[in-house]
Amino acid sequence: MKKRKYSPNFILGMIITGVMLLLVLIGFIHTPYDITKMDSTAKLAAPSFAHLMGCDNFGRDIFSRVLKGMGNTFVIATATVAIGTVSGVIIGAFTGYFGGWLDEVLMRVNDVVFAFPSILLALVFVSIFGTGKYNVIAALGIAFIPSFARIVRGEFIKYREMDYVKSARLAGVPRLRIIFVHILPNTMPVLMSSVMIGFNNAVLAEAGMSYLGIGVQPPNASLGSMLSESQSYLFSAPWYAVFPGLVIILMVLGLSLLADRGRSG
Amino acid sequence: MRYIGKKLAAMIITLLCISFLVYLAFDVIPGDAALAALGTDATPESLAALREQLGLNRPFLERYFEWLIHFVCGDFGTSYKYHMPVADMIVSKLPITVIMAVISFFIMVVIALPVGIYTAKHSGKRIDRIVMAVNQIVMSVPHFFMGILITYFFGLILKLFTPGGFVSYETDFRGFLAYIIFPCIAIALPKIAMSVKMLRSSCIEEAKKDYVRTAYSKGNNTDKVLYRHVLRNAMIPVITLWGMTLADMLVGSIVIEQVFNIPGIGRILLTSISYRDYPVVEAIIVLIAFVVIATNFVVDMIYQMIDPRISV
Repeated sequence: MKKRKYSPNFILGMIITGVMLLLVLIGFIHTPYDITKMDSTAKLAAPSFAHLMGCDNFGRDIFSRVLKGMGNTFVIATATVAIGTVSGVIIGAFTGYFGGWLDEVLMRVNDVVFAFPSILLALVFVSIFGTGKYNVIAALGIAFIPSFARIVRGEFIKYREMDYVKSARLAGVPRLRIIFVHILPNTMPVLMSSVMIGFNNAVLAEAGMSYLGIGVQPPNASLGSMLSESQSYLFSAPWYAVFPGLVIILMVLGLSLLADRGRSG
Repeated sequence: MRYIGKKLAAMIITLLCISFLVYLAFDVIPGDAALAALGTDATPESLAALREQLGLNRPFLERYFEWLIHFVCGDFGTSYKYHMPVADMIVSKLPITVIMAVISFFIMVVIALPVGIYTAKHSGKRIDRIVMAVNQIVMSVPHFFMGILITYFFGLILKLFTPGGFVSYETDFRGFLAYIIFPCIAIALPKIAMSVKMLRSSCIEEAKKDYVRTAYSKGNNTDKVLYRHVLRNAMIPVITLWGMTLADMLVGSIVIEQVFNIPGIGRILLTSISYRDYPVVEAIIVLIAFVVIATNFVVDMIYQMIDPRISV
């Protein structure tokens, strides 16, 4: 009997992530309404065919703002994870492969950054450089480096003494080639699932920051700041809170279902 | 003993590094205490005089060490905006944040432990599948959105508390607890989901090992094997998670405080950031970082007590 290839959870994760990506893409190309256009007749309107998710307190279309907000979250999370992964891979690969004093020093620095909660780091950045998208990316990106570096380093330590690496070394393969061509591809399964988990953490962190008002600035849309605004109208317009929140949950849920399979399989 | 010493040294070095970096970061930004005291239309002469008087012209390292010594002694500097000692500003707020973190942690342990063990024992059955599906969803909810949902259901629909009706622990401790329990649930829920998942898979993994078969073959029943043998080992990764969680909860309460309108440390931190009241921001950030690192140290110690292999 042929073993089933994908678990139902994995397929569900694929579907959710696919739909979310599609929505992000649509948001980049087109939104049903202008996200800053206010319609005083539609203040806090309930969901309808004209406004799929209703309207906010200024009469702006929530669906359009959710689409744009997802796009912002997506861009920030991708950039953050990219900074974290690239720097983490480089640091982890060199420290893991070569060891020695460089390893000691960098791992100590790593511990210091790791011990510093990422939201605090972001707050330091914001109080020094001001609020905004790029400061959030920089702060979260730096905060994410240590965990990636640690994971990659562990993998490199495991592989550097393996026979195939030893024989490559004996055959005179340049060290950089061993690191990036011979070892790095083997770390991919572990790296991929940490990239997905990292992406989720970035989504949650970004949402938290824009909720506090230190991320993407109005009038640009972000899921976090929509949630923060919606709280004043929770009783009269609960849908204002539900939709942005639901979108965050689905984004995170989809990827964590995918990451789970990566970890166990 | 050597292990403790090594960890202690590492902790102190980390603390020094963080305090140094934070002090440096706030030192290089334009605007200092003299400018804050005199305002932007002060003459350069009076600024220079005040800088001299406050000792702002001294070398950076000298100022850093002085600040550090004062900090360790509990003098966190003076707020630019309120012209009062930072310590006085935060001392009455600190208990709020700490009590919230402790209660959330307690809720997490009390719920996660039995649920995790129960699902591990019944893994594969329908009840386990339902719990795990709910678990997976709860894990994906940002804690501030959980806070909003709790406000909606418990506050607005069931009217179990008045959203925004926070009472200080100094005036009415019972009322304070009755309010604070809801933000604590919001903080704890995603963490409960994470620990249940981890405890369950760790128990299942551990139960496959040889020593478990041996324990069974000696005539022990399932519960005995589970509680005496499996759980001890299965708890190790969960305790690591909980250690990080305690620190997370302290920091996470910054956000949750905003959701439930609680005037704690997070509120002061955020308003100080918007007023550019740097001494306050600096003090709170270093203080939280200290607490987080100290927590990690304590967790390392507990960890080592449970599993002596770690220190080797």
